[in-house]
Amino acid sequence: MASTPIDPPLAVEPAVYVYEAPVRIWHWINALAVTVLFVTGYLIGSPPFTLVGEASSHFFFGWVRFLHFSAGQIMAVGFVLRFYWSFVGNHHAREIFRPPFWHIGFWKGVLHEMRWYAMIEEHPRKYIGHNPLAMVSMHILFVWVGLFMIVTGFALYGEGEGPGWIHTVFTGPVLWLFGGNSQTVHTWHHLAMWAMVIFVIVHIYAAVREDIMSRQSIISSMISGWRNFRDAKPIDRDT
Amino acid sequence: MATETFYDVMRRQGITRRSFTKFCSLTAAALGLPPAAAAQIQNAMETKPRIPVLWLHGLECTCCSESFIRSGHPLAKDVILSMISLDYDDTIMAAAGHQAEAIIQETIKKYDGNFILAVEGNPPLNQEGMSCIIGGRPFLEQLKEAADHCKAIISWGSCASWGCVQAARPNPTQATPVHKVPGLPAKPIIKVPGCPPIAEVMTAVIAYILTFERFPELDLQGRPKMFYSQRIHDKCYRRPHFDAGQFVEKFDDEGARKGYCLYKVGCKGPTTYNACSTVRWNGGLSFPIQAGHPCIGCSEDGFWDKGSFYERLTDIKGFGIEANADQIGGTAAGVVGIAAAAHAAASAVKRARQKTGEDSKTSELEGQD
Repeated sequence: MASTPIDPPLAVEPAVYVYEAPVRIWHWINALAVTVLFVTGYLIGSPPFTLVGEASSHFFFGWVRFLHFSAGQIMAVGFVLRFYWSFVGNHHAREIFRPPFWHIGFWKGVLHEMRWYAMIEEHPRKYIGHNPLAMVSMHILFVWVGLFMIVTGFALYGEGEGPGWIHTVFTGPVLWLFGGNSQTVHTWHHLAMWAMVIFVIVHIYAAVREDIMSRQSIISSMISGWRNFRDAKPIDRDT
Repeated sequence: MATETFYDVMRRQGITRRSFTKFCSLTAAALGLPPAAAAQIQNAMETKPRIPVLWLHGLECTCCSESFIRSGHPLAKDVILSMISLDYDDTIMAAAGHQAEAIIQETIKKYDGNFILAVEGNPPLNQEGMSCIIGGRPFLEQLKEAADHCKAIISWGSCASWGCVQAARPNPTQATPVHKVPGLPAKPIIKVPGCPPIAEVMTAVIAYILTFERFPELDLQGRPKMFYSQRIHDKCYRRPHFDAGQFVEKFDDEGARKGYCLYKVGCKGPTTYNACSTVRWNGGLSFPIQAGHPCIGCSEDGFWDKGSFYERLTDIKGFGIEANADQIGGTAAGVVGIAAAAHAAASAVKRARQKTGEDSKTSELEGQD
C-alpha cells in the first residue's frame, strides 16, 4: 500500500541570474553580425551574378562590401567591449574569454562532458554557467577564430583604405606575417570563415540538444538571463 | 678628367637643353614630387657625376632589360641609357668574353664602395651554384664579390626580389632572391618587383637615387612606396564595374566585350601592389586589364605558387590534395553538419529509451498502489 517509499515530488532549484544584459545584447548583435559577415563574405569571394546596364546605375557589390565592413567593425567593437566585460561582469562573464585552464577540475569536467556527448556517461552534470567543454570549444572556435578574423579582416580592409592607422597597425604586420602576399591573407581569411561556420553549427546544435537533454535551460537563458533548473540535484562545480 | 655629368653626356648625344628640362620635370612628376623638385633633379644632372652601375644577370629571362630599354619616355633611348654609366651589362654592352669580364674587376677597383649593383635574376644555391655559370664561375660568386664592394643593391624584377618562376615549387636549383642569399654583405637593397617591372618605374627609381643620393621611401617589404603602395585594383579604370557588380563570366561573353570587371575570371588586381593601372605600359598605352586579361599578380611574392591565373580562390597545397578554401571549408562544414545530425539522431534514440525506462518504472510503482 502506501508503505512503499517513493521518490519525493521533483523539487526545482530556484533560477539563477547568469547572463547579464550586456552579455545577452552582445550575443545577439554578434550573432547577427556573424550571419551578415558570412553571407556577404561568401558573396565577395564568389559574386553570384552580373548586373546589366550602366555601371553608374548600380552599386550592388559596393553595398555587399559595405555591409561586410560594417558588420566586421560592429563585431570588432563588440569583441573589445565583451572582453572588457569579462573583467567587470559577473563570475560567468569570464567563462568563454578567460576559461580556468589552470584548474585540474576544469579538465576533468571537460573529460566528463566529452563522455556525456559520446553517450558513455549516463547523466549530465548540472552547471550554472557554461559547461567546461562548451568553454573550451567557444574559447578556441569563437574567441581565437574571431580574433583571427578581426585582425586579418582589418588588414584586408586597410589595403583598400591605403596609408593610415589601420594600414600601419593591421595591414603592414599581417602582410609581413603571411610572407608579404595579400592573396595568402585572403585565403586564410576565407578558410577561417569556414571554421566560424563550423562553430555556429556546433554551437546551435549543442545549445538545442542541451536545452532538451540537460538539467538546465540554455536558449531561454540567453534571452532572459535566468538559468532555470529541472531538478534539485546539487550543482556540479569544477572550478 | 673627372667623370662626366649626365648633362654632359646628354648634350654630347645631341639632346637640346629644352628636351633635357622636359625630362627633368616629367621625371619629377612621375616620382610624385613637387614642382620644385624638377629643378633639383636638373641641378643634380648638371653637377653630379654619373653613377657607375654594374648590371649583373643571374637566372633570368632578360625581360627586365627588355623593359628598361623600352622606357616609353620621349628621351628614353638617348637619355636613360646615358643616365647611368652602365659599365657592365652583358646583354647590351659591346665588349665580350674576357674583355667584358675584366670590366667588372675594373669597376670594382675604380669605384670601390661607390657603385650601384643592379641585379637582374637570382642565384641558384644548389650544387654550389652550378645551375648558373657566368664566365666560368657560378653567378653566386660573382654576385657576392660585387656585393662586397658596392654601395647599394637594386633588385630588378620579381626574380631578384622574390624568386619568380625559377623559385616556384619545387625549386630544384634552390633559386634564391638577392636579399635571402646567405653570406651576402648587409648592403641596402631596394626591390623593384614585376615580371618585368614597368620601364618608367625603373628609370624613375634610378633618377631618384641619383638626385637625392639615397633610396626613395621604402615600404615594409623594401619596395619604393611611390610605385608600390597601392594595388592595381585601387586605381583600376574598371573599378566602377566591380563596385556595381558587373563581371566578366567568360572571356567571350557580353561582359568581356563591354569591358566589365575581370574579378571572376581570376584578376589578381585586388592583391597586387604595382603601378600598372596608373603608369601603364609602352608609354602609357595600355596594361593587361585594359587589354582584357586579368592581372596575374606578377609583382607579388610567390605568384607562381598561388594556383591558376584564372581562379579567384587560391589552391591550398600541403594536405596531399589541391583544393581551394571553399572546397576545404565547405567539406569540413558538411562533415560537421552530418556529424551533428547523426549525433542528434543518436541522442533522440537514447532519450526515447530513457523515457521508456522511466515510464515502465512509474507504471511499476503505480501497479503497487
